[in-house]
Amino acid sequence: MWELIRANQRRSAMLVIIMAALLFVVGYAAAEITVGPGAGPIGLLIAFAIWTTLSLVGFFQGKTLFMQVAGAHKISKEDHPRLFNIVEEMKIAAQLPAMPDIYIIDDPSPNAFATGRKPEVSAVAVTTGLLAKLNRDELQGVIAHELGHIKNRDVLFMTMIGVMLGAIVLIAELTTRFLFYGGMRRRTSNGGGQAQIFIVLIGLVLIILAPILARIIYLAVSRKREYLADASAAIYTRYPEGLAGALEKISGSKEKMKRTDKVTAPMYIINPLQKLSATGLFATHPPIDKRIKILRGIGNGAGFAQYDEMYRSVSGSNSSIIPASALAEQPAVAPPSPTTGTGAVPLAAAAMVAAAGISAPATAPEADTKINRSRDATNAIWRSRNYRFISCPCGATLKIPPDYTKADVFCLRCKRLHRVASA
Amino acid sequence: MTGSLITLAVIVVLAIFVFSLYNGLVGARNAVRNAWSQIDVQLKRRHDLIPNLIETVKGYMQHERQTLEAVTAARTAAMSATGPAEAGKSEGMLTAALKSLFAVSEAYPDLKANQNFLSLQEELTSTENKVAFSRQAYNDATMLYNNKVEMVPTNIIASMFNFEKSEFFEIEVPEERAVPKVDFTT
Repeated sequence: MWELIRANQRRSAMLVIIMAALLFVVGYAAAEITVGPGAGPIGLLIAFAIWTTLSLVGFFQGKTLFMQVAGAHKISKEDHPRLFNIVEEMKIAAQLPAMPDIYIIDDPSPNAFATGRKPEVSAVAVTTGLLAKLNRDELQGVIAHELGHIKNRDVLFMTMIGVMLGAIVLIAELTTRFLFYGGMRRRTSNGGGQAQIFIVLIGLVLIILAPILARIIYLAVSRKREYLADASAAIYTRYPEGLAGALEKISGSKEKMKRTDKVTAPMYIINPLQKLSATGLFATHPPIDKRIKILRGIGNGAGFAQYDEMYRSVSGSNSSIIPASALAEQPAVAPPSPTTGTGAVPLAAAAMVAAAGISAPATAPEADTKINRSRDATNAIWRSRNYRFISCPCGATLKIPPDYTKADVFCLRCKRLHRVASA
Repeated sequence: MTGSLITLAVIVVLAIFVFSLYNGLVGARNAVRNAWSQIDVQLKRRHDLIPNLIETVKGYMQHERQTLEAVTAARTAAMSATGPAEAGKSEGMLTAALKSLFAVSEAYPDLKANQNFLSLQEELTSTENKVAFSRQAYNDATMLYNNKVEMVPTNIIASMFNFEKSEFFEIEVPEERAVPKVDFTT
C-alpha cells in the first residue's frame, strides 16, 4: 500500500513538472505574441502569478468551495447512520488517519465523489439517488472507491494538475482573443523582421496546441487514477462484486445530475456529463463496462496483482496499471474458500459474513428496500437542514422546517394536532 | 591512513544499513500494535452495545430466554479474553450467538418494527463489519511484520534483538468457512 503511494508520488511529480513547464512555455509565448518580442519573461511571471492564485484558491478553499458548487449538505451520524457506518468501516479498512466529513447531495442521479487535499482533512459526498439505488454492499464498494482516491492522494494531485490545466487554457484563450480584437492591427504597423514573424508563428502554434496537450495529459492521469481507486476498493472490501454491481446500476440509470460542470465532472465516480459511449483520449473516466469486467474478473481474491492481471487481459495490452514495486509489496490475498487453513487468508469470508450473514438475512427483505432507502436519504437531507421530525400515530411522519413559528401543527393525513415544541 | 578511512567508511555504511533494518522492524511491529488496538476499540464497542440490545429485545422475546442467555454468556467470555488467539475464539462464539438472536427475531414482527431495535441492528452489523475490517488491517500488518522477522536479511537483526513473530487474529466460527449467500436482488 505504502509502496503504491510512493510510486504514485514519483510519477505524479514528473507529470506536475511537465505540466508546469507547459504552463510557463505558454505564458512566455503568449507575451511574445501579444506584447511583442522581449516580453517573454513578463509573460512567465504573469503565468506564474495566475498559477499561484488558482492553486491557493484550490488549496485552501478546495473542500468547502467544491461542496458548495455541488450543492452538498454535511450530515452527522444521526442524519443517516448507515452511510456514516459504512464510511467508518471503510476508513478502518483503508487505515485513514481521520474520519472524512460526509455530505449528501439532493439529486436523484446516483453518483459520488471525494475531495480533500490530504487524508487527514477529507470529505466524501454521495447523492440521494445513490443512497436509494444501492444496497449496503454496493454502497460500501462506492465509498471504498472514494476513500481509495483519498488514500492515494488523488484529490490533491488532480487539483494541482487541474489548476495548471485551467491556467493554460485561460492564458491561451486570452491570447487568442487579444489577437482577434486588437493584436493584429498593432503588429502589422510594427513591421519587424522575418525572425520575429517566425517566433510569433511558433508561439501561435504553441498557444493552440498546449491546451489540447495539457488536457490529454490531465485526462490520461484521471483515467489511471480511476483504475487505481477501483483496485483499492477491491482490496479494502475484499469484495469487488459490490463495486461492480454499483457501477452497473449507476451507469444504467437514466437520471442526469442537476448541478455539474466541466470543472467538477472528473471528480465523480462516474462522469456525470459524459455519455456512456465517449471513450478514448478525451474521457475523464475509463469505460465503465471495462471497469466492471475487471472487477468481476478478479473474483473475491482481491489484490493489486489480480487486478493488474485482469486489467491486462481485459484491455489486451501488456502494460501494467499498477506499479511493479507495489505489486511486490502488497500481501498476497487468496480468494476465500471453505477449505482454507491458517494464515491471513479467511479475511474476505469474514468480512462477507459480517456484511451478508447478519445484515442481509436480517434486514434485507423488509428494511432494505428501495423505497426505505430513498426515504432515509431524503430524511438525512431534512435532518441536516435542522428540520424537526414528528411521528404521528397514524403512521405519517411530519417534517417541521426550522423557521416554523407556530406552536402546533396538524397531521396532514389524520388531522391530529401535534405540539411542535415536543419534537 | 587510507586503509583505516576505508574501514571506517565500511563500518559507517554497515551501521546505517543495520539501523535502517532495525527501524523497519520496529515500524512494522508498531503498525501491528496499532492495528491491534483498533480491533480492541471495535470489540469493546460491540460489548457495550449488547446490554442495550438485550434490554430492547427482552420484552418481545419472552420465550427465547436461552438465546438471550447465550449472548450474555458469550459477551462475558469475550470481555475476559486475552491475546489474539483466545479473543478470536470467544469473539467467534459471540458472533454466532448474535447471529442466532437476529435469526430468531425474524419471528417477531413487533420487534422488527421497533425503531430502537432496527437502529441497534444496524449498529451491531456495522460494528461486526468494523471488527472484520480492522482484523483485515491487523492481519495485513502482521503478515508484513512476520515476513520481515523471517526473511533475510532482517531475520538476523530480528533474532539479535528478540523480535518475535506476531499472531494472526482469526475468528473461529464454523459457518465462516462456508461460502456465504449474498442477495443481489434489490
